Amino acid sequence: MLNFLILLIALSLLLALVRFLKGPTLVDRVVAFDSMSVIATSLLVVFSFYFDKSIYLDVAFVFGMTGFIGTVVFAKFLDKEI
Amino acid sequence: MLIILGYFLSFLGVILFFISGLGLLRMPDTLTRMQAATKASTLGSLLVILGIACFEPQWAFKLIVLAVFILITNPISSSVLAMTTYKRFNKYIHNTSGADALKGDDK
Repeated sequence: MLNFLILLIALSLLLALVRFLKGPTLVDRVVAFDSMSVIATSLLVVFSFYFDKSIYLDVAFVFGMTGFIGTVVFAKFLDKEI
Repeated sequence: MLIILGYFLSFLGVILFFISGLGLLRMPDTLTRMQAATKASTLGSLLVILGIACFEPQWAFKLIVLAVFILITNPISSSVLAMTTYKRFNKYIHNTSGADALKGDDK
């Protein structure tokens, strides 16, 4: 049951990766990266239950934080404000 | 009982993740792709995190802090990206209705 959950999360991560690879503009790639970072945060939360290690939750927190900061900084860079 | 609730919430969230990936792949335009991706993935991650909190109630504080963090930051990043798309990548937006509420804004 939990394996099926992880498989479905990986499938949606793969769909976002396809858009990341073939996106026509740069903003599409950044949107796909943002969505991938949120999905990967949830995947790390599911992994922390699957392997029964609560240290993975801290990894998920730091991963979500760096994904958010990376997206905002890249959007501001495309806006030519940095 | 809590296990069944956890599986229900987790599978609902994962189905929303799948819808968000499908919308990211199938929508015709940058802004529509953005709304499909960010709204569905925000709600999906909240549901998955609440489902795992139903499985392991002693991790609930850390998981709720993570859920509140995602609930705050994901709309901010999507809003910043949408403003960037509107200002710099305007020719990729197919505006069929002719309405433009942000036209007179100088920001």
